Amino acid sequence: MALLLEAVDISKRFGGILALSQVSLRVEEKEAVGLVGPNGAGKTTLFDCLLGFVLPDSGRIVFDGVRIDHMPAFRRGSLSIGRTFQRLELFSGMTAREHLLVTERARRGTGRLWKDLLGLGRPRAEENRSAGELLELVGLSDVADVPVDALSLGRGRLVELARALVGPPKLLMLDEPSSGLDDAERETLVSVLHRVRAERGTAVVLVEHDLDIVAAVVDRLVVLDFGRLIADGPVDAVLADSGVRRAYLDAEP
Amino acid sequence: MTQFISYVLPGVPYGCTYALMAVGLVLTYKASGVFNLAFGAQAYVSAVVFYITVHDGWPKWAAFCIAVVVLGPAIGLLLDRLLFRYTRTAPPLVKLVPALGLLIAIPSITQMIVGTSARLSPPALVLDPSHVYFHLSGSGVTGEELSTTTVTIVVVTALALLFRSGGLGLRMRAVVESPRMTELAGIRADLVGGFAWGLSSLFAGLAGVLLAPMYAELSASNFTALLVAAIAAAAVGGFRSLPLTLAGGIGLGVVQELIGGYLPSGTILSSGLRPAFPFVVLAVLLVSRRSFRTGAPLGDPLAGCDPPAASFRPPPRMTEVALGSRAFSGLLVIVFIVTALVLVPGNWEFTLTMGLVFSIVFLSITLLTGMGGQISLCQAAFAGAGAFTAGQLASHFGTSVLLGIVAGGVVAGTLGAVVSIPTLRLGGISIGLLTLSFALLADNVLFAYPWAGNGASGVSVPRPKIGNLSFASNGAFFWLALIVLVIVAGAVKLLGTGTIGQELAAFRGSETAASSIGINVRRLRIVAFALSAAIAGVGGALYASLQQTVSPDDFNYEFSLVFVVVVAAVGVYSVSGAIEAGLAYVVLLQLISNLSSRYSSLLAVVFGLAALSYVRHPEGVVAFAKSTVLDRAEQFARFVQREDIQAGS
Repeated sequence: MALLLEAVDISKRFGGILALSQVSLRVEEKEAVGLVGPNGAGKTTLFDCLLGFVLPDSGRIVFDGVRIDHMPAFRRGSLSIGRTFQRLELFSGMTAREHLLVTERARRGTGRLWKDLLGLGRPRAEENRSAGELLELVGLSDVADVPVDALSLGRGRLVELARALVGPPKLLMLDEPSSGLDDAERETLVSVLHRVRAERGTAVVLVEHDLDIVAAVVDRLVVLDFGRLIADGPVDAVLADSGVRRAYLDAEP
Repeated sequence: MTQFISYVLPGVPYGCTYALMAVGLVLTYKASGVFNLAFGAQAYVSAVVFYITVHDGWPKWAAFCIAVVVLGPAIGLLLDRLLFRYTRTAPPLVKLVPALGLLIAIPSITQMIVGTSARLSPPALVLDPSHVYFHLSGSGVTGEELSTTTVTIVVVTALALLFRSGGLGLRMRAVVESPRMTELAGIRADLVGGFAWGLSSLFAGLAGVLLAPMYAELSASNFTALLVAAIAAAAVGGFRSLPLTLAGGIGLGVVQELIGGYLPSGTILSSGLRPAFPFVVLAVLLVSRRSFRTGAPLGDPLAGCDPPAASFRPPPRMTEVALGSRAFSGLLVIVFIVTALVLVPGNWEFTLTMGLVFSIVFLSITLLTGMGGQISLCQAAFAGAGAFTAGQLASHFGTSVLLGIVAGGVVAGTLGAVVSIPTLRLGGISIGLLTLSFALLADNVLFAYPWAGNGASGVSVPRPKIGNLSFASNGAFFWLALIVLVIVAGAVKLLGTGTIGQELAAFRGSETAASSIGINVRRLRIVAFALSAAIAGVGGALYASLQQTVSPDDFNYEFSLVFVVVVAAVGVYSVSGAIEAGLAYVVLLQLISNLSSRYSSLLAVVFGLAALSYVRHPEGVVAFAKSTVLDRAEQFARFVQREDIQAGS
């Protein structure tokens, strides 16, 4: 299989804290990788480095055959990478449907001032349809036209998931998508991930503390601890590793 | 050296009052996250009360107790209790709008209560201000310099000690981060917040009473200028450090005097730079210091416990009610135009035309602040740029005024893009402060040049003419203004529903997420500022042509503040809100001009207080009233439907 994302020797220091120390991550096309580790291990920092919200001190990042480590965040955002955030980052004041419509436009970058002024800027029928399909997929059709501020945390996460799926992306990067979800929403999350992998062949990088969800979704598990990569391999083998058990699993109550 | 000292000494008392006020700003900013621009007004209130009580023959210590020790904290506690307690974790705009409203309303309320008669030679707190007590390398040290310096140093030192000993500073920071979490830790957040507000308002009052005798007359604008300098001093301390704030305040006061002393007198640069200097400092600090570059502030981790924030979007309505509402709005527009043309007496023709022109200027705020969530406090400066462009083109090159209006839009739009570039790394309130500094600079320096605003004498702008079609009469100009308004309003509406409007809405919602979906937020901000400034410029040029002469005073920085307050109060999130704001503004202005001079500032009170409602009803008073009526209409429609069903069965 072809390599989709390759990050080599990423290091990042915040003041005195070494958040990431020469971490390398490879994701094949259509592969699902779990990224686990105790809180503060550097998982979100790694996401931010990969997507340009934090500039790594060193390292090289290649996505889909293109060097991206010098691109600003918005340019990486217009590649086919969908991302969710650990702390909810919704467009407050907009509805779930508008989230998807604006994302579709922004990713393709087809918006023009003159088009807007001629009244050609309104969402087209096909855009409305694909937004409707995505909302259906994540089970948000009933609240599609409610401002997202009024939604529960769990449904807010599903809006983020749907927004990340607009495009559709080749790579989906999810940062603790299940926190704040109830049981039904967790099931939706897992089934959505299964479906997009099966139907679209989307690759997934999943940061998650719920190991049941991780085990249900991913093919391969990567463990970070204190900014270092301490394990990388098939899920069962990694979970059985003694170093991983010491650093992560036993640390969890 | 002697000359140097003679310039430095008079600057110190100014600097001390800047520092006192700045310390108050830092305190409330630490404790409630609010940048309380109303401190300028609070200082004015204390100064006025001190003046009146002393003139009534009270002993100074008693007057001081009432004006500063009692009234100062009382206002602060009231504001905290009624208003700012609820905005701690709110977005920057929600914190800024009520503070701006108060800055405008409080001095006007004070004037309405105590009258507008001039209050000359305000009394000094202690020591005779002009008496020379001793000499410092040849320069006399006056009572004013001695008393303000001593009071300031004593007060700030006491405060620093208080912070060191009690862990108070830590608690204040905790309250801003998360009032809920702080309360869970056993700290009474409201008590900490209230204490900070009371204390900082005391400082503001003290600064007011100390500053008053430095001017010949007690006037509210001196205290707004004081606030402006205090913001710069607070920025020197990074909105955090008290010692640096103190040093910053005194430093600013001194450097201002040095500018006055050493720059060649009589030039625009020396007379204009002196008042604008603090904001030049502020602008440089904002752009260069890393600590101001924080993007969106982190929300309260326990925000999930709160009910969702008030929404500015109208709720969806039943079809019948929505149709009825539309028909009614359409009818209102027609009635307005017909009455304006047929029934309105001559002097109101001008007023209503002015209302249309203001609506155009206000649409620039709808675009930038309503759609894009960006705070700009220099829209009047953009309007001025448009006005002076049209005027200069007409008088120097004989350019047609209609062309001049377009050119005014282009020049203002370019200026808007340029002003937005230094804001690109900033977020929230810092953008507001940077734009305010530009407004002051434009006001004091840029517009004073003959090639721009031509200072006090101003620029004349003729009424436009196309061939034989002349817009010289007010009635004809009404049509021109209406056509331009329809074009601009339509454009803003189309932008709002189009890609740019949606991207702006996304940007307003979350800058981080907006870049994650591929929106170039920096370019988007420049575009939004440019478009908004261009609209303001067109509006400003029309204003100039309607007035026929304009001077920089028409585009004073205080107008920039007033505009934001008026639009936010009436409705910043819709195109109709801007038009309603424009008409309401001029109609009230016209009505008030018939009242006695004591009520001349009633307008500021009305809009200033209305802006306080922004915290609960960000959609604006008109939209709120409309939705209340439509709620009733919906209830009624449901009732009728039920009756129909029962009657049918």
